[in-house]
Amino acid sequence: MVLDLFKKPKYVTVHRDEKKEIPEGLWVKCPQCGEILYNKDIAKNLKVCRKCEYHFRLSAAERLSFTLDDGSFVEDDANLVADNPLDFPGYPEKLTEARQTTGLSEAMVSGEGSILGCRIVICVMDPRFIMASMGAAVGEKFVRAVEKAVERRLPLVVFVASGGARMQEGMVALVQMAKTAAAVKLLDDAGLLYVSVLTDPTTGGVSASFAMLGDIILAEPGALIGFTGPRVIEQTIRQKLPDGFQRAEFLQQHGMIDLVVPRSRMRETLARILMLHGCESENVSNS
Amino acid sequence: MPTVLDFERPFVELENKIVELTSFSRERELDLSDEIENLSRRANELKRSIFEHLTPAQKVQLARHPDRPGTEDYVRMLFQDFVELHGDRSYGDDPAVLGGIGRFDGQAVTVVGHLKGRDTMTNLSRNFGMAHPEGLRKALRLMLQAEKFGRPVISLIDTPGAHCGIGAEERGQSQAIAQNLLRMSALRVPIIVVVIGEGGSGGALALGVGDRILMQEHSIFSVISPEGCASILWKDASRAREAAEALKLTAQDLLSLGIIDEVVPEPLGGAHRDPETAGNLLREALARQLAALKDLPPGELVQRRYAKLREMGRLEG
Ligand SMILES: [Zn+2]
Repeated sequence: MVLDLFKKPKYVTVHRDEKKEIPEGLWVKCPQCGEILYNKDIAKNLKVCRKCEYHFRLSAAERLSFTLDDGSFVEDDANLVADNPLDFPGYPEKLTEARQTTGLSEAMVSGEGSILGCRIVICVMDPRFIMASMGAAVGEKFVRAVEKAVERRLPLVVFVASGGARMQEGMVALVQMAKTAAAVKLLDDAGLLYVSVLTDPTTGGVSASFAMLGDIILAEPGALIGFTGPRVIEQTIRQKLPDGFQRAEFLQQHGMIDLVVPRSRMRETLARILMLHGCESENVSNS
Repeated sequence: MPTVLDFERPFVELENKIVELTSFSRERELDLSDEIENLSRRANELKRSIFEHLTPAQKVQLARHPDRPGTEDYVRMLFQDFVELHGDRSYGDDPAVLGGIGRFDGQAVTVVGHLKGRDTMTNLSRNFGMAHPEGLRKALRLMLQAEKFGRPVISLIDTPGAHCGIGAEERGQSQAIAQNLLRMSALRVPIIVVVIGEGGSGGALALGVGDRILMQEHSIFSVISPEGCASILWKDASRAREAAEALKLTAQDLLSLGIIDEVVPEPLGGAHRDPETAGNLLREALARQLAALKDLPPGELVQRRYAKLREMGRLEG
């Protein structure tokens, strides 16, 4: 049966950089409940705290391995890199450092893969790369992913995480908001499904462009989602923000997103949505 | 009292002296015309040399000048039979955004724009031109209406940014901006955008997608305010001057980066010193740009607009 399949998700084995996502050492303290957790345990639990369900941030490689069918991912535009359009002081050094610490060329990884046999074009953002801010490279990768989805008539799934537009690229970064939003219209015109999944954090110019334009918008529990970051709002209005403000659950209550989905149910939920939009999963038809 | 910026002071002082001398000569019936003419020439030369070498930080000051003509001034100067239209039809009416219909050179057009105030009272009532989601949605509603009736849209940009606060977040500031970007990119009537003062980040861009992006000579358009940039980069908002340079936010820089299409000249000394001339120069640019777009079939218009956006920051590899 279709649903039985969802219970045993398979995961790709990807070389994970666990040290960078969870502080060094064998043990880590959960930032939400304070529980001391064994690193290997959290990794086995999709990097979710067993006690309080806190969702640790993921690297792009982890996200892909938790989401896609084993070995199905083929990366596109892996060598697309930002230049320094404004000659902004210190930016090349910042890029070099981000590349070295993450092993990525940019803040977004894109390509093709499958979820329970459903072929998709997928983009994932990695918050370790200059807070996954959007410059020309991220904008270009997103638009190319859209173009590929249209050409191959595949659905597009984007895991968003971003602090916003990349300041060091100035207006070149800001116009990426318009460029990516305009590209979403190509999917609309082609009648193709676009699912955006908002993860911690989704703010600023990315939140105010392609992130909020999914036909279906999902979010991970507790993810910070908003236009202006909470610290800036607090400083501006000089009052404390209500509990849970700008968290995924808050956005669902306010009608801004479709559904908060725990990481453990994400693959299943995405597969259901894809199938309801006409994907004929090989796995399902074979079972 | 008009606000005088520090770099304006040298020629403003001369101009004040000319006014004094003129009335003095009239009172005493003395012929000081030579001295006055001399001083006028010096004042103008000074003004010219100062304005030829404005730094980005000085442009920021001019773009934010409290006496700089705003959306309501240009609406009064450039559009006849203007009828203001209020509300987003779903939550409220945002006084930080103006919308309406009127006639430009005889042709019916839709106008949207940010409304800054010109004194403490109007600044507060208009929230300094910082839109809430309902303001951006009002503008979108009116743009879709323009599409229905086949009239061009003229969008005037002058805002420090989208409003930041609890209500704006609750009502979906991000969603409102994102929707405007998508819908404006595909609107089947011409859109001409003019930055007339401050183009502050997402709140500006939310009214800033179009077939032609114009900037007045002393306006700015930036991903972040120079102060914000300086405090993030160097933890020091007082280094805003350096940040203003690094951000390439002037009309001239953005023209050479290919982000905008035209720099609309302002009278010497800036739009605030001669709003009427500023209005006439803007009228000329708008008329020319509208004429160039008016015969394009809607499909081609949208295609070209998308093609332009697609090229923004295109990378190879
Ligand atoms: Zn915990």
